[in-house]
Amino acid sequence: MKTLRALLRNPQGAAGLALCALVMFAALFGPALAPKDPEAFNFGARFAGPSAEFPLGTDWYGRDLLSRILVGAQSTVLLALLATFIGTAAGALIGVVSGYLGGVVDEILMRLTDALMAIPSLLFALMILAALGSSALNAVLAIGIAFTPGMARIARSVTLQVRSFDYVAAAKARGESLAWIVGAEILPNTIAPVIVEGTIRVAFAIMTLATLSFLGLGAQPPAPEWGLMIAEARDHLFRSPWPVAVPGAAIAIVAIGFNLLGDGLRDVLNPRTGDHA
Amino acid sequence: MSASFLLRRLAYLALTAFLVSLIVFGVTQLLPANAATMILGEYATPEALAALNERLGLDQPAIVQYGNWLGNAIQGDFGVSLRTSQPVGPSIMAAFGRSAMLAALSLTLVCLIAIPLGVVAGTRRGGPADLGLSVVSYLGVSLPEFVLATLLLARLAGPSVGLFPASGYTPFSEDPVAALRHMALPVITLAVILTAHISRMVRSEMVDTLQSDFVRAARLRGLSKRQVIYNHALRNSMLPAITVIALDVGYLIGGVIVVEEVFAFPGIGRQLILAIQNRDLPMLQAGALIMALTYALANLAADLAYAALDKRIQYK
Repeated sequence: MKTLRALLRNPQGAAGLALCALVMFAALFGPALAPKDPEAFNFGARFAGPSAEFPLGTDWYGRDLLSRILVGAQSTVLLALLATFIGTAAGALIGVVSGYLGGVVDEILMRLTDALMAIPSLLFALMILAALGSSALNAVLAIGIAFTPGMARIARSVTLQVRSFDYVAAAKARGESLAWIVGAEILPNTIAPVIVEGTIRVAFAIMTLATLSFLGLGAQPPAPEWGLMIAEARDHLFRSPWPVAVPGAAIAIVAIGFNLLGDGLRDVLNPRTGDHA
Repeated sequence: MSASFLLRRLAYLALTAFLVSLIVFGVTQLLPANAATMILGEYATPEALAALNERLGLDQPAIVQYGNWLGNAIQGDFGVSLRTSQPVGPSIMAAFGRSAMLAALSLTLVCLIAIPLGVVAGTRRGGPADLGLSVVSYLGVSLPEFVLATLLLARLAGPSVGLFPASGYTPFSEDPVAALRHMALPVITLAVILTAHISRMVRSEMVDTLQSDFVRAARLRGLSKRQVIYNHALRNSMLPAITVIALDVGYLIGGVIVVEEVFAFPGIGRQLILAIQNRDLPMLQAGALIMALTYALANLAADLAYAALDKRIQYK
């Protein structure tokens, strides 16, 4: 609650929170909000610009772009959240265990994450998709796996600080089990930086997911996924800018929202770096 | 900087390359259809499949295949592309050269734009330039390359405008003007996205440096604002910027893949996507390995530049 109030006082945080709330609303209730059938063809109104009937214009089949964006929000935004959650949870667990145990386990895990991080994340996601085959869910999994090493690094470096605190030594002296110390003493205290990083990663996940669909390796037609909509619009590029501009703007708005929210959270949760806007 | 530090970093680079090659190989082992099936199609007879598998060495255990590949790769032989039957080494290096040209042009452009932008925004914090930069950089950070690339393509390469060719490539040696025109849109796309990243970083470093003690000391000595900024603050803000540029090489590689696909530019990114679509294992391995090595080398170069610019850093 205190965090929320501080967040609302921070201009970036407040703007990010408002944008993200709007986006989540659209993602959850998109199909109900859509004014038209997203798959309905209107051959009389192909490549229409924005008008009272079609607020954001239409595509090459005369489909209503606003309705397609609203319905597509589900597959784009919710799947990106899922991908981030997978990567964040797996990375945090690996990082905390590695940082707490130290020694040989830490050395092996960190060398492995170094090698994985030496592969640019889009390339890594592409390789995983090559192995798993192209589908929206596999793209989610690929992004989650690609995010894991970076999150593990962050969680580990926080764990190294937390590990030296007295309450961890106290828990150890009480003879608590490894699972207890990691789960109850260390994880809760590493959560703030992990959440900040995770929020910024959602923006990444949205962009990567759309990119993979654009490359034909994620969502498959006729899904109204935003990246795929742009890929399909390329065949009609010079007829009308709306089929590219509308999904493109949607992706950018969601990414800006989560970037702002992440930056706001970082300022609020870690006042010392408050000036790094 | 000692020789042993350099040696250790190089050994570490070799270890990274080895692990990356293992990962790439491991991933391709999971592929649902192997290359022989891809080449012969789904109606191939079992005998033909077996014969081709034997010829390509795909019938041997994975560990033997990996050993063979690694042994040859160290000697610079990356095998034969399963898609084109051409040797992988020369074609991937040629593609890499074309991509490197895109990347080098983009990075040069970015450094020329992003560093002055960041400095101006950082020294006039809260002013209109600063606000403008932060809005534009938020947009740049939040816009995927493929969206910007497609929009640029629609606006600047359409039949009505026709400012730049929509796709393809011309070698420099043939026609330098046509070569530059082909590279213009990919380079602009990459440069805009990277400028958003790097100018933000330069700005926040500049803000930090201007608040530090040595800058205050320089001001108190009566140096002009110009001297303080250029001789004291800028130099110290450059150090983190170098690291960011090196880290952004990772972004750049991802961006290159996307941009080459949008503009049909025959670089390493396009080769890689083709290799994935065609299960071309030797091409995929060589391409991924070269990209990962480039990234690792960029990071090493950043460390060395850091040490060269900041005499306080002593690598042992």
